[in-house]
Amino acid sequence: MRFEDLLGQTSGWLKGIGPNSDIVISSRVRLARNFTKIPFPHWGKKQDAEQVLVMAENAFKNTELLRDGLFLRLDDFDNVDKQFLVERHLMSTEHATRSNQKALLVTPDENIAIMVNEEDHLRMQVMESGFDLDGTWNIMNMIDNRLAELLPYAVRRDLGYLTACPTNTGTGMRGSVMLHLPALVMTRQINRVLEAIAKLSFTTRGLYGEGTQASGNFFQISNQVSLGQKEEEIIGNIKGVIKQIIEHEEKARESLLAEHKELLEDRVWRSYGTLKNAHIISSNETVELLSMLRLGNDLAIVRDIERGLINELFILTQPAHLQKLENKKLSANERDVKRAQIIRERITK
Amino acid sequence: MLCNLCNKNQATVHLTEIVDDQMSELHLCDECARKKSMQMEQQFGLSDLLAGLVDYGKQLGGAEKDSPAMQCANCGLTYEDFRKIGRLGCSECYTSFAKYLGPLLKRIHGASMHTGKMPPGQAPEAPRPQKAKITKESTIDELKSSLQQAIEHEEFEDAARLRDKIKELEQKAKEPESNKQTEKKRKTKQ
Repeated sequence: MRFEDLLGQTSGWLKGIGPNSDIVISSRVRLARNFTKIPFPHWGKKQDAEQVLVMAENAFKNTELLRDGLFLRLDDFDNVDKQFLVERHLMSTEHATRSNQKALLVTPDENIAIMVNEEDHLRMQVMESGFDLDGTWNIMNMIDNRLAELLPYAVRRDLGYLTACPTNTGTGMRGSVMLHLPALVMTRQINRVLEAIAKLSFTTRGLYGEGTQASGNFFQISNQVSLGQKEEEIIGNIKGVIKQIIEHEEKARESLLAEHKELLEDRVWRSYGTLKNAHIISSNETVELLSMLRLGNDLAIVRDIERGLINELFILTQPAHLQKLENKKLSANERDVKRAQIIRERITK
Repeated sequence: MLCNLCNKNQATVHLTEIVDDQMSELHLCDECARKKSMQMEQQFGLSDLLAGLVDYGKQLGGAEKDSPAMQCANCGLTYEDFRKIGRLGCSECYTSFAKYLGPLLKRIHGASMHTGKMPPGQAPEAPRPQKAKITKESTIDELKSSLQQAIEHEEFEDAARLRDKIKELEQKAKEPESNKQTEKKRKTKQ
């Protein structure tokens, strides 16, 4: 597998399959791990970071689930390539911004990604389509157990896994679920839901993780606490909260259909019409319209389009993806034209 | 350093923001930080506010004076560095700054003991939190030091138990003397 192959394929977690995939886009588990005594990436010297890269790459080669992955040294990639990886949710913006002696391992299906020398020596994520936190955790756990045999993890019995930031100490784990909640937004119930979540020590973020605003009715919900709970307890708690949010969204969808059917159909079809016909479209407008189209598809208002394709369009219409597809740098105006073209082509195929 | 917003008070919260490859720093006093906290929570995320939270740990540790000199022997990071950047320097920092990190972890997570997985081959379960033991032989000094530890770790139930035991022992220590005194008084009366 080569880096160039990523552009032509759909990430596994975007396929729109799996439990509750109408409301849940994806489930993700990440673990933070460090090596004992080697300074954390922000504090270490160049040779420390190099040592970590070599240790990590060797360990990955000797791990069944990671062996076929692409190991990308980010020094070798330009900004568009790095942004492309961020847009695919394979790594963080932070990892793309200061990328000296940093690397990314990504498996061919893109379900497993490991950042080397981000905030911690290793930031490992497993991501699946739909609502399946148990499945993602099982895979994550297997990889972690194998790597623990190969790498000198920094871990203490009383404090668990030691991380650069004390907010991750303990399990070093975040479980998160990406939700599409248009009906809760349209019926103005979303703030009440988000407030309740915050009280239970869960964090809500936008489509692109830490520091991003919610857009297109997407909300990423994750645990805040990583110490004092078992991994399975953390997963169980998130699952409990997400199940309730799914129920609320389902009820809100039913009530929209029952009480405001025409209004809803109008918004869905107008969105579809604009996406099919626009020749210039901004990234924000695209996300908003795709969100409506996705809802229309979930509620069988629009039947001639696949959920997986709508999911894919969210990512394909991002700036770096457009530039990779065109294979050259594009200005913001040029991107708006290219974006509209890509959407028209894919939707009317 | 003075607060960037009011230019009056000492800045205690330090934030770094990166927008389009440009790094900018924001230094705020407690008051301005609190005013902007809602906005900052969204923009910077929880972990970046840590630098401010760390001061809380320091107050609990109650050792304002000796903290700047504290340094991790393995990586050279000082506690002052940690206060500024909100990140530790290496795994050994957890031992070097144990005194301050205990209360801080407790404040962030509401717990101070790991109960999750360990690498295969190492004990799967973390030991139970060590309850401060009170035996017949415990001296008042031992109990007092356990009490201090319990307070630092915010184990308030333990702390209450220890406080009562210390009171009891101190009372007992005084009793024989006071008994003798009353006896003497009785004798003189007779």
